[in-house]
Amino acid sequence: MKRPPDQIQAERAQERGRDLSLLLGVVLALLGPALLGVYYLALQGGAEPRLAEVALARLPLSGVDNPVTAVLVNYRAYDTLMELAVLLAAVLGIWSLGPAPAGFQRSGPVLAAMVSWVVPLLIVTGGYILWVGGYAPGGAFQAGALLGAAGVIVRLAGDPSAGLPAEALQRWLLVLGVLVFTLVGLALMQFGAGFLTYPPKLAKWLILLIEFAATIAIGVSLAAAYVGGKPAGNAEGQAPSAQDRSSSSALGPRPSDLPQ
Amino acid sequence: MTAQFLYGGAGLILFVLGLWSFLVHAPLLRKLIALNIMGGGVFHVLIAVAYRGDGVTPDPVPHALVLTGIVVAVSATALALVLGARMQDEE
Repeated sequence: MKRPPDQIQAERAQERGRDLSLLLGVVLALLGPALLGVYYLALQGGAEPRLAEVALARLPLSGVDNPVTAVLVNYRAYDTLMELAVLLAAVLGIWSLGPAPAGFQRSGPVLAAMVSWVVPLLIVTGGYILWVGGYAPGGAFQAGALLGAAGVIVRLAGDPSAGLPAEALQRWLLVLGVLVFTLVGLALMQFGAGFLTYPPKLAKWLILLIEFAATIAIGVSLAAAYVGGKPAGNAEGQAPSAQDRSSSSALGPRPSDLPQ
Repeated sequence: MTAQFLYGGAGLILFVLGLWSFLVHAPLLRKLIALNIMGGGVFHVLIAVAYRGDGVTPDPVPHALVLTGIVVAVSATALALVLGARMQDEE
């Protein structure tokens, strides 16, 4: 009984694939303990002098009391600026791939009522987390993640735009983080300090300004990424800001954008 | 010390498991999940490295790195998911 040649070939390829994955499994099963061993030895060696000492020593000059925020927005401000640029680039990439898929079915009354409670709470919590980042764990990224989550919930509940404003305003909100960050840096250069080198007296307020802009940009970017495409050009005129929209749009049904 | 080793070691195991799954499984979605698990493992290790003893402020530099890493991982994953969905639409 003869089998067709394609089938034989396919079987061989499958066998090769199985051998390969077995080999990989063995190699990685050896790699795991090796890494663990190296890690254990590194821990035995005790702590070398670290950047932490420098970071903590300069904390009073950084304008914030939370060392992580100081590292993110003061010492390593460049990194954070570039990171906001990465987030922006990701959203631009997503938008360049075409229009957003249709949203979800409009939620029933129970979910809609829950959303109208949860979304404002998320926004308020986001504001709190942003402020608390000055002296305790918190800050722009955590707050932005909460705003993004609010957007995700609004979209899941049936608003295809995830509570985001019309495209023109959305573009401004997306670049807000990079824009404010860069403008602050350039302004500081004008006054003789280096790019993003904050004078200790102003540091707190500059950091708060940057973090506020970054929070909105991160929240809008995450929600826009969840929408998964360029917003459909439907008429959504009145939209003062992302927060206002995401809290209000979850409430009243708008028959115009009911997806079937 | 033991807790630090267990936490970081769990991260290393997650990393290796993710690497294995990333290399062995063909579907794009599985690869993406595997990549994210690898990333989670790396974050674990970084957090464990930041530990400096009970009652001592942890090293803020790795913590900031992890925060940055999470945002970059999320945005890269989002882009990859949309890209994958578009590829599937084309086919």
